[in-house]
Amino acid sequence: MNKIPDNRAWWLVLPVFLLVAFSALIPLMTVVNYSVQDIFGPGQAYYVGTEWFKEVLADERLRDSLVRQFVFSGFVLLIQIPLGIGVALMMPKSGIKGSLCLILIAIPLLIPWNVVGTIWQIFARGDIGLFGWGINQLGIDYNYTGDTLDAWLTVLLMDVWHWTPLVALLCYSGLRAIPEAFYQAAEIDRASKWAVFRYIQLPRLKSVLIIAVLLRFMDSFMIYIEPFVLTGGGPGSSTTFLSQTLTTMAIGQFDLGRAAAFSLIYFLIVLLISWLFFTAITHADKEK
Amino acid sequence: MAEIQLKALAHSYIANPAGPGDYAIRQLDHIWHKGGAYALLGPSGCGKSTMLNIISGLVQPSEGDVLFDGKRVNELSPRDRNIAQVFQFPVIYDSMTVYENLAFPLKNNKVPAAKIKTRVQEIAEVLEIEDKLHKKAKNLTADEKQKVSMGRGLVREDVSAILFDEPLTVIDPQLKWKLRRKLKQIHEQFDITMVYVTHDQLEASTFADKIAVMYDGQVVQFGSPTELFEAPNHTFVGYFIGSPGMNIVEVERCSGGVRFGSIVLPLEAWQVELLERMETSNVKVGIRPEFIEISPVVSDDTYAAEVLDVEDLGTYKIVTAQLGGQEVKVRQNEEFDAIVGTRVDLSFPKQWLLLYVDEFLVQEQQP
Repeated sequence: MNKIPDNRAWWLVLPVFLLVAFSALIPLMTVVNYSVQDIFGPGQAYYVGTEWFKEVLADERLRDSLVRQFVFSGFVLLIQIPLGIGVALMMPKSGIKGSLCLILIAIPLLIPWNVVGTIWQIFARGDIGLFGWGINQLGIDYNYTGDTLDAWLTVLLMDVWHWTPLVALLCYSGLRAIPEAFYQAAEIDRASKWAVFRYIQLPRLKSVLIIAVLLRFMDSFMIYIEPFVLTGGGPGSSTTFLSQTLTTMAIGQFDLGRAAAFSLIYFLIVLLISWLFFTAITHADKEK
Repeated sequence: MAEIQLKALAHSYIANPAGPGDYAIRQLDHIWHKGGAYALLGPSGCGKSTMLNIISGLVQPSEGDVLFDGKRVNELSPRDRNIAQVFQFPVIYDSMTVYENLAFPLKNNKVPAAKIKTRVQEIAEVLEIEDKLHKKAKNLTADEKQKVSMGRGLVREDVSAILFDEPLTVIDPQLKWKLRRKLKQIHEQFDITMVYVTHDQLEASTFADKIAVMYDGQVVQFGSPTELFEAPNHTFVGYFIGSPGMNIVEVERCSGGVRFGSIVLPLEAWQVELLERMETSNVKVGIRPEFIEISPVVSDDTYAAEVLDVEDLGTYKIVTAQLGGQEVKVRQNEEFDAIVGTRVDLSFPKQWLLLYVDEFLVQEQQP
């Protein structure tokens, strides 16, 4: 077959190029544009190089919320992944009970973020909220608006309630995909329950767990509305996570240069950590 | 090791079976003796895998008892029956190496580490996978994986029995033959009761001392390969064993013998006498293609037939001939030559002409 070189073929790439440009490149480049200039008004822009980046990295407030963000995401993964697997393991395998369980478990996932925040804002109140009131009745002094630890626990609890179902559903689908023959073989090999989990279920859940870990990391790392509605970032700034700090900076203070520089760093952190997770997990079992 | 007895066993996958058609296994009694190498042969869907799963305990029978050495084990799980089973498709533990896979059942049985090591080594050598012991099991080819699956069944020394459910399906023909020999060797070496399920008669007869042929949820014959070949107890066995299967022709009674079309076959006196006492009209005669002779001379015992087809299978030929409106297959050696459409004279040696009433073989009662 003769290949005819024809550069007009490049036009065929155009639709994809436009799509990517509008969905990612152009918005991102605006941010890049702001991050390297100081803009006072139309026609009054000054190129400042990496100055914003240096300032942002030295900013105490941002560094504090970055640390908080890592701690929060860490706890989210530590709690939600094992809990989700556990819930999936305990769910009925099939039949009407299985379907009912699936629906019940999926309900929190259907609730909008700000509604989740509002639900917990009321639910956890000491005076009129059932949860907060109940805890106080047990003789435990609980007040999420005043106490840092209580605020943290409430935010975590809310996120666990909202998002563990996602992990559970992913794991449930993974578990259902394991052929019955594996359980039969394990039964024949006299494997203990733990061995069945460790050597059959867990390895076969790996691909869904990668997705679950990545999704939960990215989502929790970008969390904004729920804590904003629940605690407003308080008490003090103890539950102010990255997005909230960033929004305050960009919208509240209209500090667009610094906000843009920080947005890029934020984006790179998410990208880097997601990549690290993915490579670490997928390379772990390669033959040496 | 144990003697496995199935007593009045029946199984249905339907909760409330209405008729015999709802049963995967219909009322059967069977004994697998201690230390035997057995094959369970039958077409797909005849209930052989169900029977195997009932023996191992993966399936609870709906009726009847499973006895190990005379003790009822119906309610015991495979774990408590201490039985090994190899499945049709390889089941391996992906995250483990080959060594860990083979050691897994032993570890679960709390076998001391040193013992595990020698035992795994021994089995790996038998299966010729010792060079792959430290590879991840999931990177193996399909037949290597199946060897590992088989290995996990074979490493355990103290098992009541090892059950094989068509274990060589995924393995290529050359290796199949080798592995079958291996299994036979292992059987001779360790003297474990082995039951081997297959739908391949060759596989069954090379592996087993005795073959149980299953048909429609029942064991229709249990015997050595020779018995199955020479005296099939049921028309199905005749048809299923041998290649091509037995010629089975529906016949009518007539004086001194049976008749189909214009052909009259004389029978032995005891056969005629027996036939007279039977009421059913379901009478058939069967003869193996190997036992029909093509006679060079015409006599009273020969029947003229027309050659319809001659198939050359390399080492022998199959002649299809028409006789009394029925097609009959005759096996001839390579030298035989006949032109399609010509006449051949067939004779049926009496000792090989078998009589079936209601599908079951009628044999002479020994006085």
